[in-house]
Amino acid sequence: MLMKRRQFVQAGLGLMAGAGAVALAGCGGEQGGGGDKQAAGKVYYLNFKPEQDAQWQELAELYTEETGVPVTVMTAASGQYETTLKSEMAKTDAPTLFQVNGPVGLASWKDYCYDLDDTDIMGQLTKEDYALKGDDGKTKGIAYVIESYGIICNTSLLDKAGYTTDDITNFDSLKAVAEDITARKDELGFSAFGSAGMDGSSDWRFKTHLANLPIYYEYQADGIDTTDAIKGTYLDNYRQIWDLYINNATCEPTQLSTKTADDATAEFVTGQCVFYQNGTWEYANVAEAGDENLALIPIYIGVDGEESQGICTGSENYWCVNKNASEEDIQATLDFISWCVTSETGVKAMCGSEGAMPSGEAGMGFVIPFEANLESTNVLNNLADEINADKTPVKWCFSTMPSEEWKNGVGSALTTYAADQTDGNWDGVVTAFVDGWATEAAASKA
Amino acid sequence: MEKAIKKYLPIFVLPTFLAFLIGFAAPFLLGLWLSLCDFTTVTDATFVGFSNFVLAVQDTVFQHSFWYTALFTVVSVLVINVIAFAIALALTRKLRGTNLFRTVFFMPNLIGGIVLGYIWQLIFNGILAQYSQALNLNEWYGFVGLVILVAWQQIGYMMIIYIAGLQSIPGDVLEAAAIDGASAWRRLVDVTIPMMMSSITICMFLSLTNGFKLFDQNLSLTAGEPSKMSEMLALNIYNTFYGRVGWEGVGQAKAVIFCLIVVAIGLIQLRATRSKEVQQ
Repeated sequence: MLMKRRQFVQAGLGLMAGAGAVALAGCGGEQGGGGDKQAAGKVYYLNFKPEQDAQWQELAELYTEETGVPVTVMTAASGQYETTLKSEMAKTDAPTLFQVNGPVGLASWKDYCYDLDDTDIMGQLTKEDYALKGDDGKTKGIAYVIESYGIICNTSLLDKAGYTTDDITNFDSLKAVAEDITARKDELGFSAFGSAGMDGSSDWRFKTHLANLPIYYEYQADGIDTTDAIKGTYLDNYRQIWDLYINNATCEPTQLSTKTADDATAEFVTGQCVFYQNGTWEYANVAEAGDENLALIPIYIGVDGEESQGICTGSENYWCVNKNASEEDIQATLDFISWCVTSETGVKAMCGSEGAMPSGEAGMGFVIPFEANLESTNVLNNLADEINADKTPVKWCFSTMPSEEWKNGVGSALTTYAADQTDGNWDGVVTAFVDGWATEAAASKA
Repeated sequence: MEKAIKKYLPIFVLPTFLAFLIGFAAPFLLGLWLSLCDFTTVTDATFVGFSNFVLAVQDTVFQHSFWYTALFTVVSVLVINVIAFAIALALTRKLRGTNLFRTVFFMPNLIGGIVLGYIWQLIFNGILAQYSQALNLNEWYGFVGLVILVAWQQIGYMMIIYIAGLQSIPGDVLEAAAIDGASAWRRLVDVTIPMMMSSITICMFLSLTNGFKLFDQNLSLTAGEPSKMSEMLALNIYNTFYGRVGWEGVGQAKAVIFCLIVVAIGLIQLRATRSKEVQQ
């Protein structure tokens, strides 16, 4: 009996040792993998955009085939970039290439950013504006995609209501058109605006993108780029446009918190609404409405002289290189991003649409701020360019918003106000906007 | 035999002990250290002392979260345990289909919290929409919603524990009480419940700590809306960690405070109910 038990224990020990050996061998294998070719460094890209994951994976594989440099691309789940980046950066094999969304994002990661001033890719940049500078004046990030947003408009429905986009030149005319459509809603069978959903999947359209306009005009008026204390000079305009959105929409203002991004897209595509505030990245989803039916108009909020205001154009996607990576890895990473924006394959993959990838899949459809940029097949991008050609584009000032907390505060206040549109509730929005900005700016320990 | 077990004790304990060290003790100690630091990633921290704790305690939203969570825990512990106990009593009678009912009541527990949150969100919002309201417009809608959600999720689980407890009560004790003329109510209060104290201890402990730790249901059902008024402690910690630049340490400090509170309350509760347990 005793003998048997001893054998059993020994067998168990043997199994454990065996499993341990396998596990160790597994680790060793992973470390040594990819070392057959002459690769001097490696690239690990933590990608921000889930919708472009497949393209990046393919591009990475191609690059490895071509040069022997191993490229790993990992994509963070939607809305989880900071979370993922924080845990990945703590690892021994940290990302060598990652993204920040602008000055506030940079503040968090400035200690990890390699100075990009003298790199090849800097020479490819078409506009100094697209380099993100740190406090020391050095370039810490480079925008790799330029995007635009405004009010996407279904022209065939607008036509049915008896208008064209030429009728809309400022806030008053936008309001007149929208309110006329609302008055004849039952007869026309559609609403002016899609649901201004305040669900987490959609609320950024208002607490971030729409809020950009009052901030932009205030910065313009004061001649500044960023501030620790917003004054809220244009908040009455913010209220006007928000009122217009929520009271001429497909749903009751009380139901906004339940509406998602998918709801709004579906409403637009199925012809339930004429106007839909969103951006060029949404093209693939709204294309169903038909390219010929798409138009883009600037978001007018009723500021003097806004007839010459263009589309909101900018970037919140800046590439940063991890300065804590080994020298070979940094070089490999710089070579990789430079290849992406100069080589034929790379540029085609980044800018092209249908069939642009070597595998025949669709490309990323980006407008890139580099010399090699190709003409876009993204209709919304081209519409934005057309408008911005003779109007003043609105800058993306929302990357100076002090924190996520600030955005959430404004978002909640907007939802509360929408459900019960009293002056008291609007004061809540103002408080979240102005006082919240000061508090958050002070609280951020950048 | 006993000697043999002692001899091989390390072999049997070691794997679990290592797992405990790696998966629990190490992160816990690291967490304690990080609560005293300023950091962006956990491997790159600078010591700053107790300033994180000062900021954490001064945060009014954190204080609100604490009271909201405490109230939620009290209500949910009562609702869950009373109903679970009642169902367990009903399902230990000789009724037809008790096994089917036990399975049905237990099933919600198999669904993950995030999924439950989103499903119940649709249900609640569907009902509230009739009255031009929504879950995110009032913190008390969220409160009631969360209580209903966790009750639905956890009653089945606690019921199973209570059923096991009820089945272990010797029949002769109850029979003797019945013969002595004790009413059904007296038998429940003076015989069944005292003999069930060990089950009650464990169920109270589980529902109490679950109430304090609640995260995914809170995240998916209300996400703390309106304006963080329905944000419970765990969600508040998470949002602090990721909500502002440089506030990771404050989130960590809150987590340490939170841990101490839950441990303290858990111990007090264990001691209070344990003292009422009787030997069978």
